[in-house]
Amino acid sequence: MVEFAINGKKVTAEKGESVLDVAHREGFDIPTLCYHDTLGSDGRCRLCVVEVRKGNRKRIATSCLYPAESGIEVFTESPDVLLVRKTVLELLLARCPNSETIQYLAKEYGVTQARYRKDNDKGKCILCNLCVKTCELNVGAAALGMSGKGPFKKVTTPYGEPSNDCIGCGACVAICPTGHIYIEEKDGVRTIWNKRFELARCPKCNRYHAPVEQLAFIASRSGTTMEQLLICPDCK
Amino acid sequence: MEVDAAVINTIIDKYGKDKSYLLAMFQDVQRQYRYLPKEAIRHICDMLHLPFSKGYEVATFYSSLSLTPRGKHTVHVCLGTACHLRGGPNILDTFERELHIKRGDTTENGLFTLESVNCLGACALAPLVRVDGHDYGKTTPGSVKKIIKEYGEST
Repeated sequence: MVEFAINGKKVTAEKGESVLDVAHREGFDIPTLCYHDTLGSDGRCRLCVVEVRKGNRKRIATSCLYPAESGIEVFTESPDVLLVRKTVLELLLARCPNSETIQYLAKEYGVTQARYRKDNDKGKCILCNLCVKTCELNVGAAALGMSGKGPFKKVTTPYGEPSNDCIGCGACVAICPTGHIYIEEKDGVRTIWNKRFELARCPKCNRYHAPVEQLAFIASRSGTTMEQLLICPDCK
Repeated sequence: MEVDAAVINTIIDKYGKDKSYLLAMFQDVQRQYRYLPKEAIRHICDMLHLPFSKGYEVATFYSSLSLTPRGKHTVHVCLGTACHLRGGPNILDTFERELHIKRGDTTENGLFTLESVNCLGACALAPLVRVDGHDYGKTTPGSVKKIIKEYGEST
């Protein structure tokens, strides 16, 4: 057990717990885009920066990666924190000018204009890696990955082609914090990552509910029969 | 280009099927085929029980690995500080004009791949050109033509 302070409030935490986890539990609002309960922290978006004071030294740290420590004082809204957070938002806004999420966050922090040149080839992707991680760790398909590096780094299936590993589950769409990943459903066909998936019809209500490939994937992993899986969650 | 599974398997076995040698395997494949064929990446990933997407990540991350067929000769034009000041960009322009390709590309006849590098560590020889590991120092647009001729004729 460690004891420390967040914005003057005394809090306790397990050793090794991140400052962000503790702050969220205690009801402090720290913005973040790349953090997810099931996937942990990578420190990619840098939005969760806080000020950490230890004795008479202070530093700006990413709270999602900073382990709780006895005796530290954490400030989530100090002038230094706001300055860094605004700069981060400006950079994110310059990268993804069309992302509603980033526009909203930026506005909340008073950032309306980015000083930096706007990108027009990145879509709404901030390279948070959540889609890649959820595909590999939560779904178990590992169809997605990063390609290239530096300004050319992007999320993609290998060669940008329809992937044999993709099951069309849409977990990447659900987890994407900025709405970058595109999914379309039309006439019983789901299109995602350039791949077309035939949707299965529920035999009871006759509605499309999930790609056949996804159901087959679940059947092979869980042992549940296809017949059971074909029934949609609403009719179960 | 056809990928021979036996050749790839030999490379994989050389490193004891250990996935931490993925990059070394890719380099060996590249030495064999002068690029990384898609089938080779897929085959290696299958053998090492790695997702194809991870292999693709590694293959696209390193600039020494190429996913498209490379030329027989690789021309590196140095654009480090010293070479830059002594006319490196001019040398690169000349190569681009003479070979009718942009940097990073390969000539249609598959003879040359043109690349720029940020420093080859031989600044006294600026502007430096390295072809297949052979250095040409103090190059001029004139000597560029000679270099192209030398390698063009030898094949």
